[in-house]
Amino acid sequence: MKVSIEARPVSPSRGRRLGAFVFLAPGLTYLIVLLLVPLALVLSYTVFQRGRFGGVVYEFTGENFARLFDPLYLSVLGTSLKIAGLATLIALLLGYPTAYLIAQLPRKWKTIALVAIVLPFWTNFIIRAYAWIILLSGPGLVNSGLQALGLEPVELLYNEGAVVTGLLYSYLPLMVLPLYAAIEKLDPQLREASANLGASAFTTFRKVTLPLTVPGVMTGCLFVFVPSFGNFVIPEILGGGKTAMVGNLIRTEFLKARDWPFGSTLALALIAVLLVLLLAQAWVARRA
Amino acid sequence: MRRSRLLYVPFWATYVFLYAPIVVLVVMSFNSGESAYTYEGFSLKWYADLAADERIMDGLINTLIVATGSTVIATVLGTLLAVGLARHTRSKTLDAVALVPAVLPDLVLAIGLLLFYGMIQLTLGLYSVILAHGVFAMAFVAAVVRTRLSGADASLEEASRDLGAGPVTTFRKVTLPQLAPGIVAGALLAFTLSLDEFVIAFFTIGNSEQTLPIVIYSMIRFGVTPKINALAAVLLLVSFTAVIVGQRMTKIGESRAQD
Repeated sequence: MKVSIEARPVSPSRGRRLGAFVFLAPGLTYLIVLLLVPLALVLSYTVFQRGRFGGVVYEFTGENFARLFDPLYLSVLGTSLKIAGLATLIALLLGYPTAYLIAQLPRKWKTIALVAIVLPFWTNFIIRAYAWIILLSGPGLVNSGLQALGLEPVELLYNEGAVVTGLLYSYLPLMVLPLYAAIEKLDPQLREASANLGASAFTTFRKVTLPLTVPGVMTGCLFVFVPSFGNFVIPEILGGGKTAMVGNLIRTEFLKARDWPFGSTLALALIAVLLVLLLAQAWVARRA
Repeated sequence: MRRSRLLYVPFWATYVFLYAPIVVLVVMSFNSGESAYTYEGFSLKWYADLAADERIMDGLINTLIVATGSTVIATVLGTLLAVGLARHTRSKTLDAVALVPAVLPDLVLAIGLLLFYGMIQLTLGLYSVILAHGVFAMAFVAAVVRTRLSGADASLEEASRDLGAGPVTTFRKVTLPQLAPGIVAGALLAFTLSLDEFVIAFFTIGNSEQTLPIVIYSMIRFGVTPKINALAAVLLLVSFTAVIVGQRMTKIGESRAQD
């Protein structure tokens, strides 16, 4: 490698400080202006009053937080927790056995099986939701199947079940990958030892495999729950506006009702819930 | 290892669940009838329709402009940031701040930027989306480049500095060539993420322009036609090819590295 030598009378410490500045300043400035300032704005808007046509009036109020505890909004929060929780639970029940079996496949098949899990994730998010309209709607495929079996068609679209399905479909790969990583690095000798000592396959799973993969389970659950909980696109496309989640409320407050302060307060509530979960995950990871 | 046959039920269920909608989507895109639900016969007319749709083509061009702009920003700033964080500071706080955009819910970043653009009274358009996408794309580039950097040999850089090269020269002649594969991977990731991004674009684009995901979103809300299926099939083909080519390239790269 050709390295040109330009001897310059620069003291090492000054060079170091200059280097730190040249490399860190552009990116950090960008992050301060377009990330930290916007987030600080969201935080500060929570204590101000709404403007008449959007925007904000800088007069202090605690009303936004009081409104958060209105039963109407609490029930939306509850629905969001329930829907995101269900999607996460089903993702875990499907994802764990899948990741477990992928981890035992021969090397070549392992790669193919993993790529096949990730592949749908790289297609457009809106289109993945759209696919379920075609499957679930009145004249859609699922109902045609039911009718072929001589059953009555049912309304599958525009309800909570459709929203859970859409979220599950969107984020299932994010459950399988961390689970696979956790299961893959388990020492197979541990399971063999357990089996040799007379434990049944189920006992080995319960006492050896599962406890050792808890951090992977937590990560996977977080990866599915976080984007599900704050989602507004899937509930809108597959819930037909009937199933409102926190994300839908925030969207409405910002783009339709033009109550930016209350929208910000809802966003803060969303972050608070997610932060609690992140802390819980960090706590479990440290104990494991 | 004994494996319960029962485990294969959720295993196959996962794959069927992931691929059944895609198969239906693609099959219906070749429908000669007007419905996206009942297949009547083979036809390519929806693909012809697609190519003639100006709104979709405009959306596609806008999406490519946004993805290119934000990738350039993210790649330059993200690479510098990664080097700065790895070699020029030990601050854990700066490390964490650089990762925030990657873990923050997109909706929160979207409304934050909407408030910010409103405060500085910026007229919304493609460039406000480019700046917005730059934020999270930079976090991903920085993360990918840092991974590459941790495998790079820091003593080469020290040698360069000992020989009297300044930080910028060392970066240009020693660090950058070592990082090139990581930078390319980060840029590709940034580009793909921007192509697909909907929520932040939806909030920060204003009323005069639309990116492709926003066009698709408004089409879906209008009604279901096989034209959307044709568009979906084309996009699927593009992303599947990209993923498989990417996979091949890493494999070739790995086997070269072993030689």
